[in-house]
Amino acid sequence: MIDYKKKLATLSLQTKSIFSGHPIAIAGLIGFVIFVLIALLAPWIAPQNPYDLKVLDIMDGLLPPLSKLGNGTTSWLGTDAVGRDILSAVMYGLRLSLFVAFVATTVGFLIGVFLGLLAAVKGGWVESVIMRAVDLKVSFPGILLALMMLAIFGTGVDKIIYALIIGVWASKARLTRSSALSEMQKEYIDAARISAIPNWRIMLKFLLPNSIAPVLVMVPMSLSGCIGAEATLSFLGVGVPITEPSLGLLIANGNDYLLSGKWWISLFPGLVLVSLVLCINVVADRIREHNNPFLKSMNMQ
Amino acid sequence: MIKYILKRLWHSGILAIVMSLIVFFGLYVVGDPVEMLSDDEFTEQDKIELAIELGLDKPLFEQYFTYAGGMLQGDFGTSFVHNRPVLDLIMERLPATIEISLLAMIIGLAIGIPLGIFSGIKNNSRASKIISFFTTVGYSTPNFWQAIILIMVFAVFLQWLPASGRGLTNSMFGIEWAWLSLNGLQHMALPAINLAIYKICMQQRLAKSGTQEILYQEYMTFARAKGISRNRIIRRHLLRNILIPIVTITGLEVGGLIAFSTVTETIFSWPGIGKLLLDSIHMIDRPVVVAYLILITMMFVFINFVVDVMYAFLDPRIRHQK
Repeated sequence: MIDYKKKLATLSLQTKSIFSGHPIAIAGLIGFVIFVLIALLAPWIAPQNPYDLKVLDIMDGLLPPLSKLGNGTTSWLGTDAVGRDILSAVMYGLRLSLFVAFVATTVGFLIGVFLGLLAAVKGGWVESVIMRAVDLKVSFPGILLALMMLAIFGTGVDKIIYALIIGVWASKARLTRSSALSEMQKEYIDAARISAIPNWRIMLKFLLPNSIAPVLVMVPMSLSGCIGAEATLSFLGVGVPITEPSLGLLIANGNDYLLSGKWWISLFPGLVLVSLVLCINVVADRIREHNNPFLKSMNMQ
Repeated sequence: MIKYILKRLWHSGILAIVMSLIVFFGLYVVGDPVEMLSDDEFTEQDKIELAIELGLDKPLFEQYFTYAGGMLQGDFGTSFVHNRPVLDLIMERLPATIEISLLAMIIGLAIGIPLGIFSGIKNNSRASKIISFFTTVGYSTPNFWQAIILIMVFAVFLQWLPASGRGLTNSMFGIEWAWLSLNGLQHMALPAINLAIYKICMQQRLAKSGTQEILYQEYMTFARAKGISRNRIIRRHLLRNILIPIVTITGLEVGGLIAFSTVTETIFSWPGIGKLLLDSIHMIDRPVVVAYLILITMMFVFINFVVDVMYAFLDPRIRHQK
């Protein structure tokens, strides 16, 4: 049996050694947690529901930050052209952006890890087909593949998640395979094979727990990559639908008003987007540095 | 060696065919060109005639072979929106994308590599930490957001540089270029900087980690022990060694830059092929989208082929692989 208490203790010890003495990484982690909380609680803490057309008043349109709305409340960050409160829109947009990125990253990882393990265990033509597909994917820039996908399937929240998954899985499959292959050389796998333990059990019970660590290091990087890619595609108008703006689409909406001096519509969603990605990236950098023994030994010199 | 090249060529050919099939059949499901081209006055008979004229009445596979056959002769079909051969449209806009991508690449290398070497050598200095922080911010900031900020600052508030269009172009070798005139260069400045920021950040990180790796190699210690001057060590031992990975990645990234210019070109209304692609996606101009994606795919297949062959040239282990 796996001792979960012991596992948890090592995990918290690891977290401590990653973050202690690195104030920027700690700040990034705290910032990320705050963003996630805002996204989760948006329906309860946002001043209005920006998707509910009934509460929007066109008379409130294009008000600068700190102005009073028709119903007597204050709009801290101003309103957009249809009278949507920017603060509420940013909270809901954050919710959508994070949701899309989380789902795409998780599914992309599951697919990538599964295919990587499968390639390592099965070998032969299964392995060549999977690795050829990985080569195919890796040799194209992600943004172009996503555009191609969205051109084929059309736009929408589900479509953009598919497009992002296509971007995520391949590098993870490659890494899982190489990690699992080096694990396969060990004697206990031979022992398991001789004992006629089925392949799927070897995959899940032995290879998965022992070869997943280097792949997990890539999670934060993929997450921030997905957030940026979704924002870019939505900004270009091939991402989420106009009725449910994510951060990227909010920026695109405000972009039309920038030249007439109405800066707040684009600025606030943009600042939230950049801070979110930055928070994740400083954590990702720190985790990568921590897991790279070469860099570590260098910093000691 | 020849056997290896032939094998790679075979792989590349299969890859090209598979990708062109995916693009062609994938995009076949998007929109009905007959509906797009016809207006209210079209009768059913007109529509059927139009479909026959476009070859849409034939089975899918036959359409693909007709298309592939035309493609090999340089005929990529005719744009629905512009009513001109697609290849002409793309070739007309290609120089704009090439000049902006090359300028961005040059800026990225010229600023990124020195910054990276500096922060690699002086790893623990304050200046190095500040540089590394800024490059982290730089690559964390989505390209389109940087573009908006650049427009706000340099075009709206300071009014130093134009925010859209290509400006005056001059002809060289029968091709129109913007970089030959001051006005054109001014128009190039913001989009090129926009594309270059990401490059600068990537090159800085690459050069930094490369420098740190090489700094502790034995031959560096030996060179220092011999009493070779600092500048000479940096020039002869450090720079030459970190350039190998940088050259490889830069070569691969040329294709990436052209793909990425889609975003930048759209925001700055730069009339290159990236903007053409996005406009065509929005207007469901299928022949242009199909041709662009197939051409770009072929370009990547070609680049990958060249890189593979070059690796084999440099590394005998790959050459003799089974």
